[in-house]
Amino acid sequence: MSDDELIWRIAGGSGDGIDSTSQNFAKALMRSGLDVFTHRHYPSRIRGGHTYVEIRAAEHEVQSRGDGYNFLLALGDSFARNPQEEAYYGNEEIKPLSENLDELREGGVIVYDEGLIDEEAVATLDLEERAEENGWHVYPVDLRGLAKEHGREVMRNTAGVGVTAALLDMELEHIEDLMSDAMGGDVLESNLEILHDAYEMVEDEFETGHDLRAPTGDHETEQALLSGSNAIAYGAIDAGCRFIAGYPMTPWTDVFTILSQNFPDMGGVSEQVEDEIAAAALAVGASHAGVKAMSGSSGGGFALMSEPLGLAEMTETPIVLVESMRAGPSTGMPTKPEQSDLEFVLYTSQADSQRVVFAPGNIEEAYEQTRLAFEIAWDYQIPAILIYDQKLSGENKNVDVDFFDREVSPDLGSTLTEEELKEAAHDNSGKFKRFNYEDAEDGVASRSIPGQKGGRYLATGNEHSPVGHISEDPDNRVAQMERRLEKLENIRAELDEERESTQTYFGPDEADYGIITWGSSQGAVQEAVERLNEHGHSVKGISVSDMMPFPETEVTEFLESVDEAMVVEMNATGQFRGLIQKELGQYGDKMTSLLKFNGNPFEPAEVVEGYEVNVAEEDQQPEAQVRIEPAAGD
Amino acid sequence: MSAFNAIGEKREIDRDEFTPGVEPQPTWCPGCGDFGVLKSLKQALPEVGKTPEEVLTVTGIGCSGKLNSYLDTYGFHTIHGRSLPVARAAKLANPELEVIAAGGDGDGYGIGGNHFIHTARENHDMTYIVFNNEIFGLTKGQTSPTSPKGHKSKTQPSGSAKTPLRPLSMSLNAGASYVARTAAVNPNQAKEIIKEAIEHDGFAHVDFLTQCPTWNKDARQYVPYIDVQESDDYDFDHTNREEAAEMMRETEDVLNEGTVLTGRYYVDEDRPSYQQEKQAVGEMPDQPLAERYFDDDAEWERSYDLLERHK
Repeated sequence: MSDDELIWRIAGGSGDGIDSTSQNFAKALMRSGLDVFTHRHYPSRIRGGHTYVEIRAAEHEVQSRGDGYNFLLALGDSFARNPQEEAYYGNEEIKPLSENLDELREGGVIVYDEGLIDEEAVATLDLEERAEENGWHVYPVDLRGLAKEHGREVMRNTAGVGVTAALLDMELEHIEDLMSDAMGGDVLESNLEILHDAYEMVEDEFETGHDLRAPTGDHETEQALLSGSNAIAYGAIDAGCRFIAGYPMTPWTDVFTILSQNFPDMGGVSEQVEDEIAAAALAVGASHAGVKAMSGSSGGGFALMSEPLGLAEMTETPIVLVESMRAGPSTGMPTKPEQSDLEFVLYTSQADSQRVVFAPGNIEEAYEQTRLAFEIAWDYQIPAILIYDQKLSGENKNVDVDFFDREVSPDLGSTLTEEELKEAAHDNSGKFKRFNYEDAEDGVASRSIPGQKGGRYLATGNEHSPVGHISEDPDNRVAQMERRLEKLENIRAELDEERESTQTYFGPDEADYGIITWGSSQGAVQEAVERLNEHGHSVKGISVSDMMPFPETEVTEFLESVDEAMVVEMNATGQFRGLIQKELGQYGDKMTSLLKFNGNPFEPAEVVEGYEVNVAEEDQQPEAQVRIEPAAGD
Repeated sequence: MSAFNAIGEKREIDRDEFTPGVEPQPTWCPGCGDFGVLKSLKQALPEVGKTPEEVLTVTGIGCSGKLNSYLDTYGFHTIHGRSLPVARAAKLANPELEVIAAGGDGDGYGIGGNHFIHTARENHDMTYIVFNNEIFGLTKGQTSPTSPKGHKSKTQPSGSAKTPLRPLSMSLNAGASYVARTAAVNPNQAKEIIKEAIEHDGFAHVDFLTQCPTWNKDARQYVPYIDVQESDDYDFDHTNREEAAEMMRETEDVLNEGTVLTGRYYVDEDRPSYQQEKQAVGEMPDQPLAERYFDDDAEWERSYDLLERHK
C-alpha cells in the first residue's frame, strides 16, 4: 500500500452514468500526468444495483487494482428497488455508501449525495462511529440539489466530480476539456456551471481536515487510456482481420462491439448471427474463402463453438477465437471475472484435438498476443485462441500512444497465389494437393483459396487424402495425423527460438520462493512480488501467457530455481497448477495454490497474505476470501 | 487484376469437367436419389456458364454430404447441420463465388434448422439443396424430421408420434425468395429448377426428393410425380405469397398420401439479397473482401488512427 496514490471509487446504481463519468475522470488524471488503472464492478442488471468503478492513479506505473481505496464518491442509486431492509436486495438506496465502507482505507474520504441518500438510512450505518475509528473524513453534499439548480438531476455526477476535484486540490482544466469534447450547447453549459459551483462551494464553505491530495506526475510521451477489449480489437485490426461473427454474451460483447463499430469504415464485415455455432462456423467459412476472420464468446457460448473449432482444426482452416471468461459453471455470475475456463478451452472438441492458446496478462500483452495469434494461425493453419476474462476485458490503463505505431500485417501466411499454384503439386485430374504430407514444412501444407485457378480441392472434417478426398487408408491416416500433430512442436520451437518470450518475469533473478500466475492476475501478483521484496523477502514471479503449446523450458527453469512456489489463479480447482503438473510431469510437491473465486479479482495484499501464511504458518487459511490448496505431490 | 481468375471466365464448359478424373466414384447405393442431384448439377452448371473453380459446394454430413466428393468444384464438406453458416460466410468474404450448399433433411431441417431459418430470413444469395429422403440414411434408417407420422424405425419402434416438418412452408415463412421442390425421378425438371435456383439473386431453397431404396423401401419412390406448373389440376401464382403458401400446404399434406407434387412454389425477384442490403447500410465493401488480401496496393487502416478517442 502506498501513500502517494489516489484510489477513487465512484459508486451508484447501474444506469447512473458511473461508467462514463469514471472514464472521463480517469482520462483527466491521465492527462494531468498520472498513470491510471481502473477496475469495474457491476451487477448483471441494466438499471440499479450496486456498481462501482475504481480509479487508481499514481506517479509511478500501476498494473493492478490497489488494496482497498481511499476516496469514495457515493452517488446514490436512482433506480434503487425494494427500499425495505427485509427485502431480498436490502435497502438499495443506501448501498452506494454502505456496500463500500469495508474496503475504505484508514484516513479515507467519503463524499455522499445527501440529496439522494436518506438521512435516516445513513443513521443506521453508525457512520460517525466508524469514521472516528478509522479516521475517515465524511462530507455529505446535496449533489442532486446542486445539479437541479443549473440543469437536470442526472447531472449530479458532474457535481460529484467537482467536489472531488476541490477536495483533492485538482485543477479543473482537464475535466473541462473532456466535458467540452463529449458534449455541447446547453448541456455543456449546465454541466460546466455545476462543476464550478460544486468546486467553489467546497473551497468557500467546507472545513476540511483530510490529508489526501491528488498525486502529481508527468508523462514523457503521449498516453491513451484503453481497456483489454480495446487492445484485443486493435490487435485484430492491425493483424489484418476484417471479418468477425458473433452472438452477444458478457463480457465478450465488448470486443465484438468495438470491431462491429470500426469494421464498416475499414471495408470489413461484422455479422451478428443466430448462435455461437454459426458464429464460429462463419469465421471458418470466411477464412476458407480467403479473409482473416475471427469469432469469440464467453464460456457458455464458447461451449457451442466446440464443433466448428474441431472442423477448423481438421480442415486446417486458420481462425482466431477469443474466450472472455466469467464466473461459472453454467450461467454463473455473468459480470464477474474468473479464470476457470482454462481446461475447457484447452481440451474442448473431440479426439486428439490441438490448438494454440494464449492468455495475455495485461493491456499491452492483449494487443501483442492477438497479433501473434493471427500470425501463428495463418502460418500454421491451426485455430488460435485468446483466453482472457471480465477483469482484463473491462479494466482501463494508460499506454504509450507510440506503442500502437505499427504497420498492419494482412499477410495470409501459408497461402499460395495463383502463380505459386502453378508450381504446386496436383493429382492426375488437376486437383491441388492441398493436404500434401510429402512436402509439408513444419507440418504445414500450403493452401489455395476458392476462385483461384488451379487450386480446387475438397476441405472436409473427415480424414482425407492429399487432395481432400475422404480416406480411411491407414497409411494416409497416420501420415496426416503425424503431420498435423507436428505443428504444435514447431510452433513451440518458433516461440522459444525466434521470438521474444511471451512470459513476463518480475522480482529478482534469483530468489528462494516463486510465485506463478497466468492471465489477468498478473498485475496483482507483480505488485505483491515487488512489495514482498521491499520487505526483505526473497521472492520472484512469473506470469505465463502460453497455455498451449506450453512453455516447458521456461516454467521448468523457473521452478528449478526456487525452493517452493505458489500458483495464484482466480478459480476454485487450481487448473493452471494442474496444467503445469501435466505438462512437466513433476513439481506437484513443490507448488501450493492460492485460489480466489468469489467474483472479485485479487488485490496485491491478498497475494502477500497468501505468501505469508504459506511460508510462516502452514495449515492455516488466510483471512481474505481466498483459499490455499497445499502441495499435492506428483 | 483479380487474384481469382477462375471467376467469371468465359469459355466453353464441358459437363465432364465436373466429374472427378480420378477416384472416388460415388458410393451411394444403386437406385439412390442422390445420383439425381449430382446429375442435375453437372448439367445445370455448364448451362449457366459456371466453371468448376468458381463454384464452392458446401455440404453437411450424411449420404448427401458426399456430393462434393463426386462433383469436382472447390468443396467444403463441413459438419452435421453447419453447411449454411460456412457457406454464407464464404459468400460474404467473396460474393463473386457461386456458392451452393447442400445436405439432407436431418442436416438442414433438424440439427441445422436454426441456421436454415436465419439464412432464409437474411436472403443470402446462394442455392441450398436439401436431399429429402424422409429418413436418416447414413446412420441406417432412423426416423427423420420429414418422416411421416407413424413411421417405424429402430429408434421409433412403435411408429413416430410426430407429424412431419413442412419444409416448403417453413422456408417461405422464414424469408426464402425462391422455393421449389423437385424429385430425382424427374431429371428434366430437376435440371431446370437447379439452373433457376443458381441464377436467382437471393436464397434459393430446393427441396429435392431423393428416394432411399435401402432404408425407406416402404415409401413411394416419388412416382408418379406431378409438376404443379404443367398440370391443369393446379392453378396458382407462384409470385403471390398467399397463393404460394396455400399450394405449399397442400403439397406437404398430400405427399404422405401418395401424391407427389413438385415445381416452383414461390419466386420473389424483387427482394434484395443480403449482400445488397448490407451494402446499402454501409456494412459491406463493394469489392470482394477476399481480393484485398492479394492486392499489394490495398490500404489498411491502423488502430493507431483510432486512438484520438482514448487520449
